[in-house]
Amino acid sequence: MIETEDLTKSFDGFLAVDRINLSVSPGEVLVLLGPNGAGKTTSVRMLNSILRPTSGHARVAGFDVVKDAAKVRAIVGVLTEQHGFYGRMNAEEYLLFFGELYGVPKIECLKRIKPLLLNFGLDEHRKKRLGEYSKGMKQKLALIRALINYPPVLLLDEPTSAMDPESARTVRNAILSLRSDDRTIILCTHNLNEAEELADKIAIIREGKIILSDYLVEVKKSLLGNPIFEASFNEDLNGWTPDLPDGVLITKTESRKIVFEVLNPSQSNPAFIRNLSNKHPLLSFQERPRKLEDAYMEALELEVNGGIFV
Amino acid sequence: MEESLSRSINPVFVITKREVRDQFRDWRIIFPILGLTIFFPFLMNFTATKILNFVEQYGATIVGERLVPFLMMIVGFFPISVSLVIALESFVGEKERGSIEPLLNTPLKDWELYVGKLLSSIAPPLVGSFLGISVYMIGLVINNVPLPEFHLIFLIVILTIVQAVVMVSGAIVVSSQATSVRAANLLASFIIIPMALLIQGESIVMFWGNYSTLWWAVFGLFVLSILLVRVGLAHFQREELLGREIDVLNFKWGWRVFRSSFIGQATSLKEWYTGIFKGSLKRIKFSLLIAVVLGIVGIWIGTLQTSKFEFPLDASGLDQMDHQLNMLIDLWPVGKIGPVMLIFWQNLRVMILSLLLGSFSFGILGVLPVMTSLGVVGYLMTLLQLNGLNVGVYLIGFILPHGIIEIPAALLATAAVIQSGVILSTPDPEKTVGEVWIMALADWAKIMVGLVIPLLLVSAIIEAWVTPRLALWLFFS
Repeated sequence: MIETEDLTKSFDGFLAVDRINLSVSPGEVLVLLGPNGAGKTTSVRMLNSILRPTSGHARVAGFDVVKDAAKVRAIVGVLTEQHGFYGRMNAEEYLLFFGELYGVPKIECLKRIKPLLLNFGLDEHRKKRLGEYSKGMKQKLALIRALINYPPVLLLDEPTSAMDPESARTVRNAILSLRSDDRTIILCTHNLNEAEELADKIAIIREGKIILSDYLVEVKKSLLGNPIFEASFNEDLNGWTPDLPDGVLITKTESRKIVFEVLNPSQSNPAFIRNLSNKHPLLSFQERPRKLEDAYMEALELEVNGGIFV
Repeated sequence: MEESLSRSINPVFVITKREVRDQFRDWRIIFPILGLTIFFPFLMNFTATKILNFVEQYGATIVGERLVPFLMMIVGFFPISVSLVIALESFVGEKERGSIEPLLNTPLKDWELYVGKLLSSIAPPLVGSFLGISVYMIGLVINNVPLPEFHLIFLIVILTIVQAVVMVSGAIVVSSQATSVRAANLLASFIIIPMALLIQGESIVMFWGNYSTLWWAVFGLFVLSILLVRVGLAHFQREELLGREIDVLNFKWGWRVFRSSFIGQATSLKEWYTGIFKGSLKRIKFSLLIAVVLGIVGIWIGTLQTSKFEFPLDASGLDQMDHQLNMLIDLWPVGKIGPVMLIFWQNLRVMILSLLLGSFSFGILGVLPVMTSLGVVGYLMTLLQLNGLNVGVYLIGFILPHGIIEIPAALLATAAVIQSGVILSTPDPEKTVGEVWIMALADWAKIMVGLVIPLLLVSAIIEAWVTPRLALWLFFS
């Protein structure tokens, strides 16, 4: 649904985005991570055809972002970094205005507005002037605006920034529901917990270059090694060592605990757990949490040290 | 086709409707429009009645007659001055508030957004203006003051509309190119000052009573408004609206753009002449044709002036010419460089004046110097003919020796100025107005440096060293 090929953008000689290659399919969320000024917003703007790439190509839902700019904009919902509302309008007027610009008939638009406002808890404020809205309310309204044309593609820049935890949860749930609705989503965020929760794919961008792009599990694997599991027992193991299937490596043994690395958990774990529990009463078996944050920092560090691994 | 047109026009009206509604919710816009629509016409009415009564006491009724349409024009103009403020804020204001990006994200086409903004800036002040004129006329009727003739009212209404369109289209160009509202307000002087001068001129014409002249003003403003809208649309860039953040006078950038446009990829003078210069010369061929036609029109207008400004030539003047030519030959000996430079500088100055005039009128006014100069030649030649003198001899003796080089040089320079206007109004979504303006200047400079300046230098040498001697030989040998 979104494909880029060596997409590049420079401003007066400054290379803001340098030959990025991305691919996102329907029903996938790609989270674009990177420090401020890394080129995330520029990439999103190119994908929405408001910035013309200096070189390279991008196709969104089969449309070329340069040749079919208006068509691309018609099928993409964008949540921008700056929301910029018209303070003297109310939410309903505002959404109707954008609905009309997207060619949604007024009656249809009104039908769409009501449940969206309800979902995001703004229904009771629909007649309130936008100038009186709080930051979080504006953020939610901006997201509703991005959804008004039922876009199959969504480009969301910092969707939960400035939101209280409850509102942020509502928005995250909405994104997950949109994903399950087969939408293609690119999300820019600095919130790594959020990224971890929502991402199918991760792309890390730094100084305009994609330094890492893959599925979340693969990113973790490549940066933090194979998944680590921990088995705790209800009695002392007395130096017992289990038979290890292929792809399992014990990294640490304690009196009642074994820590091991598994190459392919779905393949090895069921038999291995059976093996462990047959010998000693198994108290718990769990994967050690490995945070995206660790992977992200590792990626940046590796990139600085010259380890290129896109 | 019709459906597609209405689909295209609909977003324009969506933009216009929102903007207009927003304006009517802003008391800072409503109050001045209401004041200028209702209160001001009453004041003008009162003024008109009082002055009419006053001047009638002294039998100067003509002052009163001229005052009534003049005040109507002013009543119509004042509300449209508000349109300037609205238009200046249109794009750059949205940029400052951050509301421009969601708009740019929609499937709106550039022209739809642009025209939507244009209409929304024009419509409310213009409605205010018509209301003001109506209130003023009702007041005149109530006070038993005769209304101006219908054609005059019609003229004033049309004049008001084109003035509004020019101001708004100029302000929208400024707004779409400026980086902040402050910058747009500062740049507004380029609209306010010419408009103020125009209104003063129109006022003089109103009191002079030569109303047909005002139709020329309408025509000129109409052409200007079309050019301004075209320039605005031609260089409307979503990228620029989002990108630029700070106003800095970037001489380095300006010089870089000029240099790369002037020199191009040429590495030697030969390459420059055969590639870059030749390309520019080819591009101005249609502008050159226009310049030649306008030059001929200039000569024709000059010949017509003899019917208004005819005077007999004194034969004794011809006797003195012998003496004057000898004096000139003594003063300008062959090899003396001073007179050559004097003539060269004079001609170059006229070419620069042409550029200056053309720079704010899309090249149009740049044709005036060459038209005027050739007009003078046409006038003098016809005058000589009317006095029974041999025009051919004068032409060969006084004008052709250097004119054969100087006139083509002047026409080429004029064509380059016309071309700069063409470049400015040609769509190029890749470039800003500033960039295109510098490139147009570089194109003019190429023609000047590559051909016009060398030609002017040669013609100055001929004019200083050859023409007086040839004239003396032809007439007095």
